[in-house]
Amino acid sequence: MSVAIPLEAYLRAQRAIGRKLLVPYITGGLPGWEHALRAAASAGADAIEIGIPFSDPVMDGPVIQQASQLALEAGATPISILRQARDLDVGIPLVVMTYYNTVHHAGHERFAQELEAAGISAAIVPDLPLEESGPWCLAADGAGIETVMLAAPTAPDHRLPLICARSRGFVYSVGLLGVTGERTTLAATATSLAARLKAITDVPVLVGVGVSNAEQAVEAVQVADGVVQGASVVRRLLEHGAEAVAEYVAEVRAALDHVPA
Amino acid sequence: MTLMAEPSATGRFGEFGGRFVPETLVPACQELEAAFREAWADVAFRDELGSLSREFAGRPSILTECRNLGAKLGIRLILKREDLNHTGSHKINNVLGQTLLAKRMGKTRIVAETGAGQHGVASATAAALFGLDCKVYMGAVDVERQELNVFRMRLLGAEVEAVHSGSRTLKDAVNEAMRDWVATVGDTHYCLGSVMGPHPYPWMVREFHRVIGDEARQQSRERYGCDPDVVVACVGGGSNAMGIFSGFVDLPVRLVGVEPAGGAAVGRGVPGVVHGMRSYLMQDEYGQVQEAHSISAGLDYPGVGPEHSYLASIGRAEYPAVNDAEVIEAFQLLARAEGIIPALECAHALAWIVREAPNMQGKYVMMNLSGRGDKDVAQMMEILG
Repeated sequence: MSVAIPLEAYLRAQRAIGRKLLVPYITGGLPGWEHALRAAASAGADAIEIGIPFSDPVMDGPVIQQASQLALEAGATPISILRQARDLDVGIPLVVMTYYNTVHHAGHERFAQELEAAGISAAIVPDLPLEESGPWCLAADGAGIETVMLAAPTAPDHRLPLICARSRGFVYSVGLLGVTGERTTLAATATSLAARLKAITDVPVLVGVGVSNAEQAVEAVQVADGVVQGASVVRRLLEHGAEAVAEYVAEVRAALDHVPA
Repeated sequence: MTLMAEPSATGRFGEFGGRFVPETLVPACQELEAAFREAWADVAFRDELGSLSREFAGRPSILTECRNLGAKLGIRLILKREDLNHTGSHKINNVLGQTLLAKRMGKTRIVAETGAGQHGVASATAAALFGLDCKVYMGAVDVERQELNVFRMRLLGAEVEAVHSGSRTLKDAVNEAMRDWVATVGDTHYCLGSVMGPHPYPWMVREFHRVIGDEARQQSRERYGCDPDVVVACVGGGSNAMGIFSGFVDLPVRLVGVEPAGGAAVGRGVPGVVHGMRSYLMQDEYGQVQEAHSISAGLDYPGVGPEHSYLASIGRAEYPAVNDAEVIEAFQLLARAEGIIPALECAHALAWIVREAPNMQGKYVMMNLSGRGDKDVAQMMEILG
């Protein structure tokens, strides 16, 4: 059974030895997802996001929407995914990403306890902004679950310190105006927001949404501490299976390892 | 406490409402709230909206007494004729308000979701009037069953995109409109079509529809010297009901919001969070949002505006459901008895009145006829053969 590895402490330690952080996202409940997750961990991920699929994922583009729908059609539930996560034991922190109704429906305390029992270290809830996050954060803090907050390019300067102060694990720096999905180039907002965050916080800053390949990951970590890779990973899992995920994560890992500290 | 006043600072009506949106949209919602608050207190804005309502939308809408049907049912049945507004429904009230506000905020583009197409047509109309770009998201199922409205929107210069995700109806159109807004929030206003979504939408949209209730109360007193005993409206998201309820909520008037049996958020839902709000929501045991099934595209929605959830929770309004068969009967009944073809949405309200009439003998019942039925004629042709 997995033992939760504290996310922020782990990421800070990795950063301290000069490593750029790589966090792939995998939709839980997709056929073969556990195999893909283990492969990604072996290929050099520093933590992994497990998506618990929701019927109405408003922050997600076509690839993760499709993955969510397939997982739901395959019968995935929060309980089945967490039960499977319990046995992963991959030696790196696991983070759950899901929409707020999944949390709300289970109940804050119960959901936090279920994550804790499954060896999950942290949670990302993309439709739960700072102003609404109080009750969940209280329950999560109580269960030792770190809540990663998102910061977006639209945030005025006075808002960012509030987000950083409430974020545990890392700060999720949203790379662009838009939903998850691959883009041909890294948006200028990816590095500009990461720079604004790095200037005000010591919590690791990871860029996610629209970081689409190794080259863009390298570009993002010129400023940020690391990247989250979602659609580019999930698309490979959908099209080619777990081995393609391993190859891709290894490729991004190698590229990040060649970035001078 | 005064009912249907401003929600709390966090956009709550009791325990319902709120602002559950991606972080990207939080500043936009805050900006919209501030802009609406300021505009709504500005006499010049209210005057401009008032002029547009009169000279473009054709307000005030009249009251019509259904003498034939009333006699048959043993009630006094009065219709508030929102179907006679320009574009054929109450939706124009909200859309004129929001597009005027969007212009004031310097936005150059609006996006909208639509179910039956009424809100989409109203949005396309206002966008044409104000010179704004307009994109309307519509579930692929609805595009098929409301092709006349799709053509209307395109005729008015709007781009219509069929949404193929999820249940391919209104719920998914809202998702897609929100995704668009997340990417375009700098120059785009999301012209949300009902009293739902994140704060300030439920409050703002209700205020733009308040004119329905204000007019109806005044007209009723002038003509009949009294208020209705019962006020009835159909409820999907619930904007036309909110509009007419707002005129009577502080009076001893029974308020009835009629939901479709296949989309009865208040009747069958439990509190949940989707589309930016906490409200009653049809969902499965894990919180996955369930698909609504209704003959009327405009009510095919598994959620409901948060203020309706609040009115239901305190017992101020009631939310019964009617089934498709009752709706089809009511649709034909109004056409034959009164010479008025109602929108299928409004036929829900009438279906409840017909069912409940034996228990309301001699009562004065006002129904909000929120849209005309032209858009539904092709669909009814297929159903009735």
